[in-house]
Amino acid sequence: MSDSAVTVRELVKRYPKAPVNAVDGISFAVAPGEVFGLLGPNGAGKTTTVGVLTTRVRPTAGVAEVDGLDVLRNPVAARRRLAVVPQRSNLDRSISIRRNLLFHAAYHGVPAAERDRRATELLEQFGLLERADSKPDFISGGQSQRIMIARALMHEPAVLFLDEPSTGLDPAARLFVWDRLRELKERGVTLVLTTHDMHEAAALTERVAIIDHGKLLAIDTPQALIRSLPGKATLELATQIPPDRSPEDVLAAARTLTGVDAVEPVQAQPGGDGNGAGEARVRLYVSGDAALLVGPAATRLAQDGMTITDVALGSPSLEDVFIHLTGRALR
Amino acid sequence: MTAYAEPVHMQTQTGAFLAVLRRDLYVTGKELPVFLAQVILQPFFLLFVFGKVLGSLGYTQHGYSDLLFPGLLSLTAVITGMQTLAFPLVLEFGWTKEIEDRLLAPMRTGLVAAEKMVFASLRALIAATLMIPIGILVLGSIPWRWSGVPLLIVMMILASVLGAGLGLVLGTLVTPNRINVVFSLVFTPLLFTGCSQYPWPSLDRLPWFQVVTACNPMTYASEGMRAALVPDVPHIRPWISLTVLAGSIVVLSVVGVRGFYRRAID
Repeated sequence: MSDSAVTVRELVKRYPKAPVNAVDGISFAVAPGEVFGLLGPNGAGKTTTVGVLTTRVRPTAGVAEVDGLDVLRNPVAARRRLAVVPQRSNLDRSISIRRNLLFHAAYHGVPAAERDRRATELLEQFGLLERADSKPDFISGGQSQRIMIARALMHEPAVLFLDEPSTGLDPAARLFVWDRLRELKERGVTLVLTTHDMHEAAALTERVAIIDHGKLLAIDTPQALIRSLPGKATLELATQIPPDRSPEDVLAAARTLTGVDAVEPVQAQPGGDGNGAGEARVRLYVSGDAALLVGPAATRLAQDGMTITDVALGSPSLEDVFIHLTGRALR
Repeated sequence: MTAYAEPVHMQTQTGAFLAVLRRDLYVTGKELPVFLAQVILQPFFLLFVFGKVLGSLGYTQHGYSDLLFPGLLSLTAVITGMQTLAFPLVLEFGWTKEIEDRLLAPMRTGLVAAEKMVFASLRALIAATLMIPIGILVLGSIPWRWSGVPLLIVMMILASVLGAGLGLVLGTLVTPNRINVVFSLVFTPLLFTGCSQYPWPSLDRLPWFQVVTACNPMTYASEGMRAALVPDVPHIRPWISLTVLAGSIVVLSVVGVRGFYRRAID
């Protein structure tokens, strides 16, 4: 029992005849109103974990709770508190888009007048009013995604589970879905999304659990995960050097800065300003926040009469975190 | 929080059950012509060709249509119940995934299966009932006995539920890529070994076939309908038919609901 919106403790799932556990002792908790991401490659165990939480997969061992309800002991009550937006459309093709929303609410016992009101509101919010009375045939992936999110919200769930919410969507559709999800967060809906897209995880989630081979490898905010990577941030400096100095001096000066793990010269851009005064570019590999080093670097170089003319920050991504943890790329 | 033991009122589950049933009825209502064509054409033509055409041409004995008609009531109920449930279920589980939204409704998973059976039985019952006016229309008159109506109604209900039960078992067993094979392997034999076109006792001249037909639960529905409408034609005693039908329904429901759980929950 906890105040978390989602709790998973020592969750294990082994499918019949499978040689290994699909989920192998995962534990985490999601706070109410949090946007939480499960990041991992296909087959990592994300979907199985969400399947258990959404009452569709029976775990081999462990505890899973949604909104304080044990989903194993009380699946029917849990279903009233949660909603699922799958990756592939599972819309009811025999009835109109509006009726998809209305019947969903009816299944969940929403009174008729309230159903109509919510459906109209959500159809409008999701830009679906125009097509509301046609059947969900021949619609784009982005549209079916929107309909499924709107449908999921009809019974006002406490926790919304989204499976790869923007996989396969064009950039505009993706941004639309992201905006709607951010609005939901503002309304206090807890969002749990699975993704193998680190951009999506970084753009939407407050905390990320990185999962591979059914095990939880790391769990933190995307920023903290990225910061935890040793020497992965970079700071690139273009420096104007006086005639009595050489690029070697820039490297030497940069090495003296605290927080710098390594320094390397960058190939000078061809066709410099040609005034005889040299220009040197160096790249610094930094632990922690590279931006904080810009000031100290400028001060240190100025002591030797050198001026910074350009700065480029290179920050590692969740992808790098994943590679660091598993030794391979996400896809 | 007192979360663990939060009771989900029967009312919530009943509400969800009825809402899902309403959805199915709504779709049927919208596709009424399709529904009618689907359920009526086959028995209509069987009735027309075997009852009317062959009789008029003198290839069947006088009175054949009287024993055919009760058999076709049973056939219509069983086949409609089975088709209504099995075909969509195979697609919903295997392909469209449409069923997921209902599996996530606040009711026990078994109730989703039960709704499927209730709905399929209702459609089957409607289709069988429609065969009565169609029979009058095609044949001019149908064998009718008011004293047999209670048994007829019971038999029509049991035949409908039997069809739904067969559909549930089939629908949860078959994967979409095998749907064609399985349906031709199951459907056609079931259709022709169910004693809808001949009375079972008369098969004693073909003992092996009599054994085969005795294994098809539809036989007992056909025989029960004959007991109700044409008691002069030799038939299996009604209490035997009732018992076998009830037993078959129980077995099919248990197997079907188990299969449903297996498909619904990993």
